[in-house]
This record gives sequence, C-alpha cells and structure tokens, in this order.
Amino acid sequence: MLRQIESIGARGLEVVESIGRSTIFLYQSLARVPRLRTSLPLLIQQLYSVGVLSLVIIVVAGFFIGMVLALQGYSILVRFGAEQALGQMVALSIVMELGPVVSGLLFAGRAGSALAAEIGLMKATEQLASMEMIGVDPLQQVIAPRFWAGLISLPLLGMIFSAVGILGSMLVGVDWLGVDSGSFWSNMQSAVDFHRDVLNGVIKSIAFAVVVTWIAVFQGYDCIPTSEGISRATTNTVVYGSLAILGLDFVLTALMFGDL
Amino acid sequence: MSESFQPNQSLVSSVNLDNAPMSLVSEGRPQIRGAAAAEASSLNQWVEAEAENYVEIQNLSFQRGSRIIYDDLTMSFPKGKVTAVMGPSGTGKTTLLKLMGGQLQPTAGSIVVAGVDVARASRTELFEVRKRMGMLFQSGALFSDLSVYENVAFPLRAHTDLPEDMIRDIVLMKLHSVGLRGARDLMPSELSGGMARRAALARAIVLDPEMVMYDEPFTGQDPISMSVLLQLIRLLNDTLELTSIIVSHDVQETVDIADYLYIIADGRVIGQGEPKEVMNSDSALVQQFMLGLPDGPVPFHFPSQNYRDDILEGRH
Repeated sequence: MLRQIESIGARGLEVVESIGRSTIFLYQSLARVPRLRTSLPLLIQQLYSVGVLSLVIIVVAGFFIGMVLALQGYSILVRFGAEQALGQMVALSIVMELGPVVSGLLFAGRAGSALAAEIGLMKATEQLASMEMIGVDPLQQVIAPRFWAGLISLPLLGMIFSAVGILGSMLVGVDWLGVDSGSFWSNMQSAVDFHRDVLNGVIKSIAFAVVVTWIAVFQGYDCIPTSEGISRATTNTVVYGSLAILGLDFVLTALMFGDL
Repeated sequence: MSESFQPNQSLVSSVNLDNAPMSLVSEGRPQIRGAAAAEASSLNQWVEAEAENYVEIQNLSFQRGSRIIYDDLTMSFPKGKVTAVMGPSGTGKTTLLKLMGGQLQPTAGSIVVAGVDVARASRTELFEVRKRMGMLFQSGALFSDLSVYENVAFPLRAHTDLPEDMIRDIVLMKLHSVGLRGARDLMPSELSGGMARRAALARAIVLDPEMVMYDEPFTGQDPISMSVLLQLIRLLNDTLELTSIIVSHDVQETVDIADYLYIIADGRVIGQGEPKEVMNSDSALVQQFMLGLPDGPVPFHFPSQNYRDDILEGRH
C-alpha cells in the first residue's frame, strides 16, 4: 500500500520534472535572436515539410467533414422547416470548433509524429551530438525552425480547413439538397461575427500549434535513442498532443464563450 | 593507394609511418607502472608538462545513475601527439570523449581543453571551444539530409562568412585529402561505412581544428579502409600539427599509430606509457587486454552464483 502511494508520488515528480525540462528546452531554443541569413532557409524548408506536406490531408478531411455536417444538419433542420439556417449552423460549428480542433488533431498525427521521429532518429544516429561538437547548437539549428514552422503552419492549415469545409457543405447543402444559395450565404454572413467567432477560432489554432509542436519537438529531442525509444516518442506525441488539444479546447471555449 | 590519393603521396612519404609513433614521443615519459601509482605520477607529469598539454583531466569522477563510470581519473594529452585511450568495451571510453567535448557534465573534477574548463564553461564558452576541436563519431554521424559536399561545408557555413567559391575550394581540398573529391554529390546513405567515416573526417577537419577526437575509428572497417584511415590519422596529425585522441579497443592498429597509450578499466587508468612499454607491462590486466586473452583478471563469466547450485536449483 505504502509502496503504491510512493510510486504515485514518484510518477508525479517525474511529470513535474519533465514539464520543467521541456520548458527550459523551449526557452533555450527560442531565447536567442536567430541570424536571418542562416535561419530563413531552414524555416522555409520546415514550412514546406511541416505545412505544405500536411495540406492534402487537411483539405480532404475539411471537405468531407463539411459535407457530412451539411447532410446531418439538413436532416435535422428540415424537420423544423429551418433548412435556410444551414449556412450559419455549418459555418459556426466549423469556424469556432471543428476547424481548429480537427486540423490540430490531424496535424498532431501527420506533422507532429514526423517531427518527433525525425528528431529522435537524428539523436539516435548521433547527428545532434555531432552538430554540437561542430559548435552549432542543435536547439537553434534543428528545434527552433521546426517549432516556428509548426506555429506558423497550423493556424493557416486551420483556416484552410474551415474554408474548404464550408465549400464542402455548400456543395451538399445548396447544389445537392436544394437549400437556397442566397439564404445559405446571407444567413452565414449575418450570423458569423468576425471578432467573436473567426478570430477566436484562429486564436485556438495558434494555442494548439504551440502545444502540439512543443510536445513533438521535445518528445523527439528527449527520447531514449533506440528504436523502442523513438517509437514511444512518436506515440507519445500523438497521444499527448491530441489530449492536450481536446483539454485546451474546453478551457479556451470556456474562457471565450463561457460568459454568454 | 587509389588514384585519387596520389597527389598526397609526397605528404605520406614525408612521414615515416613505421618510425613516427616512437620517434615522436618525447624523452622522459613515465614508465609503465602499476595501477596504484599511475594517477599520482601522471599528476607529476601534468605539473611538469602543463604548458605542452592540450587537454588536462584532473580528479575526474563521473557516474551515471548509481553506476560509477570514472573515479578520480587524471590524464593528460600532449599537444601535437597521437594519444590513444584503450580499454575493454563498456569502460566508458566514448563517455570520456563526450566529457571532453562538454556534452556530459562530470560529477567532480576538471577537464581543461585549450585552457578552458569545459566542465564549468558556460554554454557560449563551450560552443566557442568546440570550434577548435573536431570529432569523428563511430557512426560517422553525417547529416542524412545533406550531400557529402554540404556535410563538409556545414561547419564553414555555420562559423564563417566566406564567399561560396572559397567554401567550394576548401571543401574540395578537404575531400581530396580523404580521397572523396569524386564522391561529393553522393548522399550519406549511398556511402560505404569506410567512406562515410572518411567524409566525416573531412568534415571534422574542415575548420582546421587544433584537436581531433576519434571515437572507435577502426571498428567495422575492411583491411583497405582500415589502413587508409590509419594513414590519414597519422598524416593529418603530423601535417596539420593536430593533437589527436583516439579511443579504441583495436589493439594492433592503435599500437601502430599512437605515441602514447592509456589503458583504462574499472573507471581508472590501469596502465600507461609508450606502446612498446605497455605491450611489455607486467600487469596481468594490461597483458590480458593487450593480448586478447579470454580469461584473466577480467573474467569470462558474468558474475553469477555457483554453477552446480544453479543447475541443481531447477530440480526442486
């Protein structure tokens, strides 16, 4: 019994210590002012591999989710004769909630796991150690560009997700189910507030980007440099990243819309 | 010797590889001695030779978890010489190089490299002193997303503002000196193990460091690339006036090339001296290691309970 309590305490200390280490790690990665000439090409390269390569999954997922949402929404709204409100229902649920959350979850699975595996493998093959010995700080050379790339990419991907989602819902709602195109768009326009809805969605996306990319680069950098360690880092990235998104989403939603 | 190595023949022949290791060792080196006296005398040697040592390790202790890797270790590495650190696997030879490079922090003691105590240096000081050392990793550790050319150019791009055509000249010169000028466009995954290690060597010397550390340079090499590496290490040491530190457990190769040997086991120096002296050491442990005897002070069996009891135990 006592041993069990002891192990709970030890586990707690471990968690706190790892949060501390990851915070120092993030601070050391981002504290120094980067040299533009060397850092910009690295950032662009990472924007491509983290952002552009995630584009397909985001667009396809956004499109399908928009279509499903329109179908489901229509079947409910039509019972009340309120199918004209389809536009605002779809837009609000995608822009405020589904866009940031689903794109964040997909990003954790696609880019987060790739980041953790790549950095973990660089550690296992002594590439990070050799970079240190060359006198180049891997935190600046490897971690910082990946972190900034994630931070820039995810909010953009989230916005693309929302836009494509709304297009998908229009395709189903207007062109297939026959909702009037004018009322679809004008209802959406009048119901969606830029500051309250769109901007808050983007803020959520930025928060998710920080958390997911931070978890991914730290898991990769901190992993045990064996094949088992790398696989655990990859899994942890997706699991912790997804849970962090969902938990943070509740907190942010409560803060943003809780007083309504 | 391959054609691409030809232009270096003059350099190779200027160094008599058979005689060099012996003749380069200064007079008055301490004789090989028992383990107990080793550390005290090497401290004296350190005091005498302070000015000409590039690396000074004093009273170094290091432990990983509860396991003690080094206990009160004192060693010195003279400038311009090839010094080898040998010992059985698992004695923490690579750890020693990482401690010298400041990648690991000792529990106690000091490691002074080029006048800087890397154990107490700030992160900025550490990165400064690292620019003056090169390290050849066991795996080569080439950056897998860069070509051979870009790998060698990497330290130059990171630390200098040289124009591109000058970077190209330097990279080609360094690649030429390891015989890989023709392989500049290959990716690391396309290289053989020996080639990868030579490319990594070119990268390690591209900034003209004062010291190069070699981590197990001979492991897994075929006889040809082995002799190429041996020759390169000696050649680079003598022509560039480097301080070379080799960590290895390949006895014959290391004895051929080193000016001075340290044998470490159980976290301490068990023997040191010029290669010939170490070979003739009367310490049983050193003899076992140098001659590769399967049993001796380092037992063949991992510590275990009595064999008979162990077998009979299963019958109950």
